[in-house]
Amino acid sequence: MLEFMQQIVNGLSLGAIYALIALGYTMVYGIIKLINFAHGDIMMVGAFVGFFSVTMLGVNIFVALLAAMAFCALLGVAIEKVAYKPLRQSTRIAALITAIGVSLFLEYVMVYFFTPNQRVFPAETFSLHNYHIAGLVISNKDMFVFGSAIILMIILQYIIKRTRTGKAMRAVSIDQEAAVLMGISVDKTISITFAIGSALAAAAGVLIGIYYNTINPLMGIIPGLKAFVAAVLGGIGIIPGAMVGGFVMGMLETMVSGYGSSLYRDAVAFGVLILILLIKPSGLFGKNTGEKV
Amino acid sequence: MSLMEIKNLHKSFGGLTAVLNFNFDIEKEELVGLIGPNGAGKTTVFNLITGVYKPDEGRIFFNGQDIAGLPPYTICKKGIARTFQNIRLFNDLTVLDNVKIALHKDVPYSLMGAICRTPRFFRGEKKIEDKALEYLKIFNLDNKKDEIASNLPYGEQRRLEIARALATSPSLLILDEPAAGMNPQETHDLMNLIASIRERFKLSILLIEHDMSLVMGVCERIYVLDYGQIIAEGLPEKIRNDKKVIEAYLGEEV
Amino acid sequence: MQTIIKNWNWRKFVFEVLVLTGIFMLIQYGISNGLLNSYHQINLSSMCINIMLAVSLSLINGFTGQLSLGHAGFMAVGAYTSVVMTNMLGQPFILGILMACLMAGLAGFIIGVPTLRLKGDYLAIATLGFGEIIRVVLQNIDYVGGPAGILGITQLTTWPWLFAATVLTVVVIVNLINSSYGRAIISVREDEIASELMGINTTYYKVLAFVIGAMFAGLAGAMYAHYFYIIKPGTFNFMKSFDILVMVVLGGLGSTTGAVIAAIFITLLTAALQKWAAIRMILYAFILIVIMIYRPQGLMGNKELTTKTFGRVWGDKK
Ligand SMILES: Nc1ncnc2c1ncn2[C@@H]1O[C@H](COP(=O)(O)OP(=O)(O)O)[C@@H](O)[C@H]1O
Ligand SMILES: [Mg+2]
Repeated sequence: MLEFMQQIVNGLSLGAIYALIALGYTMVYGIIKLINFAHGDIMMVGAFVGFFSVTMLGVNIFVALLAAMAFCALLGVAIEKVAYKPLRQSTRIAALITAIGVSLFLEYVMVYFFTPNQRVFPAETFSLHNYHIAGLVISNKDMFVFGSAIILMIILQYIIKRTRTGKAMRAVSIDQEAAVLMGISVDKTISITFAIGSALAAAAGVLIGIYYNTINPLMGIIPGLKAFVAAVLGGIGIIPGAMVGGFVMGMLETMVSGYGSSLYRDAVAFGVLILILLIKPSGLFGKNTGEKV
Repeated sequence: MSLMEIKNLHKSFGGLTAVLNFNFDIEKEELVGLIGPNGAGKTTVFNLITGVYKPDEGRIFFNGQDIAGLPPYTICKKGIARTFQNIRLFNDLTVLDNVKIALHKDVPYSLMGAICRTPRFFRGEKKIEDKALEYLKIFNLDNKKDEIASNLPYGEQRRLEIARALATSPSLLILDEPAAGMNPQETHDLMNLIASIRERFKLSILLIEHDMSLVMGVCERIYVLDYGQIIAEGLPEKIRNDKKVIEAYLGEEV
Repeated sequence: MQTIIKNWNWRKFVFEVLVLTGIFMLIQYGISNGLLNSYHQINLSSMCINIMLAVSLSLINGFTGQLSLGHAGFMAVGAYTSVVMTNMLGQPFILGILMACLMAGLAGFIIGVPTLRLKGDYLAIATLGFGEIIRVVLQNIDYVGGPAGILGITQLTTWPWLFAATVLTVVVIVNLINSSYGRAIISVREDEIASELMGINTTYYKVLAFVIGAMFAGLAGAMYAHYFYIIKPGTFNFMKSFDILVMVVLGGLGSTTGAVIAAIFITLLTAALQKWAAIRMILYAFILIVIMIYRPQGLMGNKELTTKTFGRVWGDKK
């Protein structure tokens, strides 16, 4: 039982990271119905910005986190403006291919400039310390990862529920034409969505750097896919769904690694994906909507 | 025995009851109208008959066989064909291909025959083409056979949809607001066409029309639906003077 | 876009056979005389394999309208099955090829039946997931070498095999598309509900297209494995599926000739970019984005390139 509890604790921080990435997927999908395949790579860029902030500028981890978020918010907006906006009226598949193109572009630009090699996230940002609470081992690293993610999610909830921007985002995702009639600028709202989603991904990138200790230009692919699964699990386009989905995926992954074969760790994510799609494609929190004839 | 008999049909969407205790029958070669104000549940009845939606309750006997809940393609093969309120053609394909697709259910050659291009395949394709052209001719569309369906003017799209439905050789043809969006002259011609199709193919036709006066002229019997329930049924004259019907229609602007 | 087939067109058939024989003989001559060196031959093989992959995926994505992102998985099934048959069980190549098609088709059936109920993006992700699961499962089977894969496969894929397999793929799929069965398949893409109501069992045709597409991906896999000596699970990851999808979309959804042209173009582009290995992927990504922005419907849209098209172009110029 204690071991099981320990696995849950271990899964919490990974789950929080997945949740942060999943939020960006879900927000973007909710607003322009695009699976932004480049999202995992934005996370990777965030990790690198965080890394260089700490190693080259020597700032502390909080500042690095903010720097990564700011940089990626701009990057996300730029990507949307340059690559996705011209395709808003064309087929979904063309937009999907463009997203894949952007993803490859980010990955290989980073490979070109920074080599495909692993970089070790500087340990001195975090002198590891384990706390023992009620028989469970909890490290300060886990606490930091989990805590930052939770704080960011609370801020996001606040923005979405309480601010005009948040209301505009919800309005555009429900009915774009009606939103325009209400005087909401769709372009601006989409930009803000990309900015927020990308900033969250950047934060996740820095946190993943801390969590796994290493970063590399292709690090975004697998967590990106898993976070995407998390978003689908919770019901794509639904914000609380992405959070719950992220945590479920994180826990599940640590459970599978802890109890079963870590070789199948990645297959589990896809197994979950397929199960959910076959049983309830709209996700845990989604409503089934049939086509009206 | 009537061609189709519907007993006690129910359908609700979440909290909204769209069709309630619906009873209906149609004889062979009869032309029946189903009218009612917007949102009364007419299209839903069509969707239930053709298998697009599964009924919550009730039975639909077609040639004595219960077809309720069968998949749409099976229902089509049993002899029910339809058109749609919002035209649903195969938009990127030619007019001819639209009709050919409806002829696929009796395709005269096998898949292997098609891949190997057997003589049977060529004979079959010729037969399909001739038949498709025959249907197009009835609707005066044969000279537009190579046009892309979505490029046709609205009235011709409506006619093509009927031609396509007819090509599945149904014994019951159901038309969902076939005259919607047409001008009075086009509507008049269409109604004559519908009546003549029935004679020629010995069909039963069930027709939804929003506009009451139009249905009165062509239908032999009329059902009136309001809030998912039948409020009147009978000959056009009877319907015209029915108090409940007048009330239902007064509720909205005609 | 459908050609009207009333009768066997002898002139067209003879013309096509002559052109194909010509291409075959020319390249055969080039190979046996050393005019085409091994670099040319490798690119030629990649080209044929890419054509097979693109045309088979275009049946699923372009004509049936079902967005599949797991095509590399079927290629993997074909590659591994054929190698198990030839290298490990000592069976002749042709038997390996047949089993490859059969097993890939079976995988297509097993995956297609549950997933093809899904639509659009959901189907795309589910097929992506299944493709990845095939890869992970292969990674965990020691009999086929686990993550390292199988090395030292006998090179059995010769030019005649490659040519025959490519022509077979294209001919079967084109003949299928230009028939009543093909029209049924296309109607699913156009409007699934209307199609179903015209008496077409849409589930059946979706699965049919998926299985046939998977079989030819399996054939391509068998050709690949017996040309390049090595197979490993990593080769068949979702990036490979993306590559195939890119060819199909680039060619134009619903155009077989488009898929063929795009497969040739991408192969040549990849080969040309080889020189700039460091920025190859950057350029590839960049070109992809630019093409999608400026020509999202692909090179051909849903049109086909036919001898008639040439006739029209020449006719116009006169
Ligand atoms: N798929 C559906 N989901 C939810 N409600 C539906 C659906 N189809 C029809 N309805 C509802 O059922 C009622 C009847 O609709 P409909 O049959 O289209 O009416 P009519 O054709 O008589 O105008 C309407 O209130 C409509 O909104
Ligand atoms: Mg209606």
